[in-house]
Amino acid sequence: MRADKMRDVAIVAFAQSNCQRDAGAQNEVELIMPVLSEVFKQAGINNAQDVDFTCSGSCDYQQGAAFAFVAGVDALGAVPPIKESHVEMDAAWALYEAWLKIQMGQAESALLYGFGKSSPGELPIVLSQQLDPYYLAPLWVDSIAFAAMQARTMLDSGEITENDMAEVVARSRNNALANNPHAQLKGDQTAADLLKEATYVSPLRRHDCCPISDGACAMIICTIEKAKEWGKPYAVIKGIDHRIETHHIGSRDLSRSVSTEIAAKAAGVANGPVDVAELYAPFSHQEIILKKALGLGDDTVVNPSGGVLAGNVMMASGLSRIGEVAMRIIRGEAKRGVAHATSGPCLQQNLITVLEAK
Amino acid sequence: MSSSAETLSQAFTLGYTYTRSTGPIVGQFLTSLRARKMVGIKASDGKVLMPPVEFDPVSAAALTEFVDVADSGVVKTWCWVKEPRKAHPSDKPFAWAMILLDGADTPMLHWIDAGDEAAMSTGMRVKVRWAAETKGVMDDLNGFVPESVALLTELKPAASDEPIIGVESPSYLTYNFTAGKATSLYLRSMKEGKLVGQRCPKCRNVYIPPRGSCAACGVPTEEQVTLSNKATVESFTIVYIPIPGNPIKPPYVIANLVLDGANLSFLHLLSECKNEDVRIGMRVEALWRPEEEWGFAMENIQYFKPIDEPDMPVDQIGKLIDEGR
Ligand SMILES: [Zn+2]
Repeated sequence: MRADKMRDVAIVAFAQSNCQRDAGAQNEVELIMPVLSEVFKQAGINNAQDVDFTCSGSCDYQQGAAFAFVAGVDALGAVPPIKESHVEMDAAWALYEAWLKIQMGQAESALLYGFGKSSPGELPIVLSQQLDPYYLAPLWVDSIAFAAMQARTMLDSGEITENDMAEVVARSRNNALANNPHAQLKGDQTAADLLKEATYVSPLRRHDCCPISDGACAMIICTIEKAKEWGKPYAVIKGIDHRIETHHIGSRDLSRSVSTEIAAKAAGVANGPVDVAELYAPFSHQEIILKKALGLGDDTVVNPSGGVLAGNVMMASGLSRIGEVAMRIIRGEAKRGVAHATSGPCLQQNLITVLEAK
Repeated sequence: MSSSAETLSQAFTLGYTYTRSTGPIVGQFLTSLRARKMVGIKASDGKVLMPPVEFDPVSAAALTEFVDVADSGVVKTWCWVKEPRKAHPSDKPFAWAMILLDGADTPMLHWIDAGDEAAMSTGMRVKVRWAAETKGVMDDLNGFVPESVALLTELKPAASDEPIIGVESPSYLTYNFTAGKATSLYLRSMKEGKLVGQRCPKCRNVYIPPRGSCAACGVPTEEQVTLSNKATVESFTIVYIPIPGNPIKPPYVIANLVLDGANLSFLHLLSECKNEDVRIGMRVEALWRPEEEWGFAMENIQYFKPIDEPDMPVDQIGKLIDEGR
């Protein structure tokens, strides 16, 4: 969507939980409630009654609990009844739905949250069942295998080296160590240290793959007028767009992210310098694909939080990428940034958000 | 069920036992597999897509023209699985690969039984290893092997020549369920023969079973309330439809019951009375199973049964008397 014909939308609050390998006894409500109260506090409001619209992102298959997203509503305080919606996707797509609601003039403010418990199931196998049900799902080809074949395509073509991939991981973990109290994996290893590790699903090593994490995040967005009325600092959504590629995996060029290229153009990524970018790259080589698709140069700081290689709460990580950029802009650490969210095998779907300081 | 101080957890398997209709394109592909033949489909730009899809990935045009494709080809990319997962098609290390079959323009995904990672390379030639018996399912392709590997040739002819129009595609996923803090508390109390709810600090509503939050106020509920075995019927229904797997024979009564000390209802069975005598306001009591049968489960209470107490006036059901409202 072209931002110049649209209303600017402000991000005024964002909170995320720690990325944990296993949240254990905590259920959906117990994961969501702390991040909700945190964003209410940041925005200076009482509860979900004080916004016009609420939208969440989650996927019941992750924890195998039918209608877990309905149980999640218990965290909201839905009396008197509220306007509420859900996407069976990362909450970045819930943000997109809420942004549309605001564009249509049906809401001035919205609460978004995403949550996921991946620990109860075998996540790569659970994800295999989101594939085409005739040809791929019966084989149980998992998410890691797809990424590994994509990485080999790039290694074979000479486009990247194993060292390039290890560099991404090393920088990610170093950034997480320096900047991200919520990270699950952090450390000061070098690429050379990492390359000593044996391969896992070759050519990938374990560190090339994002960890499995449980957690939640929440965000409050509103019109600029509303943000001023609340008297809160904010970052502005200047452009947002998402695209999907065919499920016929053999028809895709896996070394490129065409959908990211198109979405980046439509969202206006190139309309100014990009100080910071948070990219949802679940596998190290995918950061390299995305950086290229977005046209980011070396003057852009990529994944200062460590990205999802440092912690990946499925269904919340995309919204967290947007929140990470927004909070850096609100704190004055950056003027303009790009956030990316993905879903599906080998970066099948991609959502791009361009954020600026007010 | 395992338990620690904090958590109750239990493994369970969720089955999605779907039967899918294939439509003409996938159906033709599977019918051909049964005859040990590979077919692709011609795309709008003349390229042969493998496996065949209903619509062109670029133009979205409906596709109809099938093209014969060889059952051998070239590996375009691959990965090596050292530790196969339980669901995987091989229990020995194997490769996933994108394989470009001779006569096709797009590679298809399948697995290769190469024995060792060293036997794999991009550009290597592979061939289909047909199942000894074909049925018109993806398993008719028992993976691929390097082209030089000699295969047993004892292949049975297909049992049928009817076109494939549907496939059984069950999928089972195993999870380890962990009950939340509030649910764990509730189930532990059940194991001790007690009904324990939680009170909302804001609106004072008493939830049973507790969920850790007040759905109305959106605040955590932490105060525990031990509730009585006595309850009042708030509403009920008589079930006449037999439900597969349910051991209870219809007709039976399911009631919304408000326990004394709580004001929000929960569902349970009502028995030991004539169905036609059940009414709103009726006083009932829990019938617990013998103590040695108690588990972390709602089933510890076999059902509720009527007691000899006057009915609760309708306008008092769900009111918290001790709260004065
Ligand atoms: Zn309440």
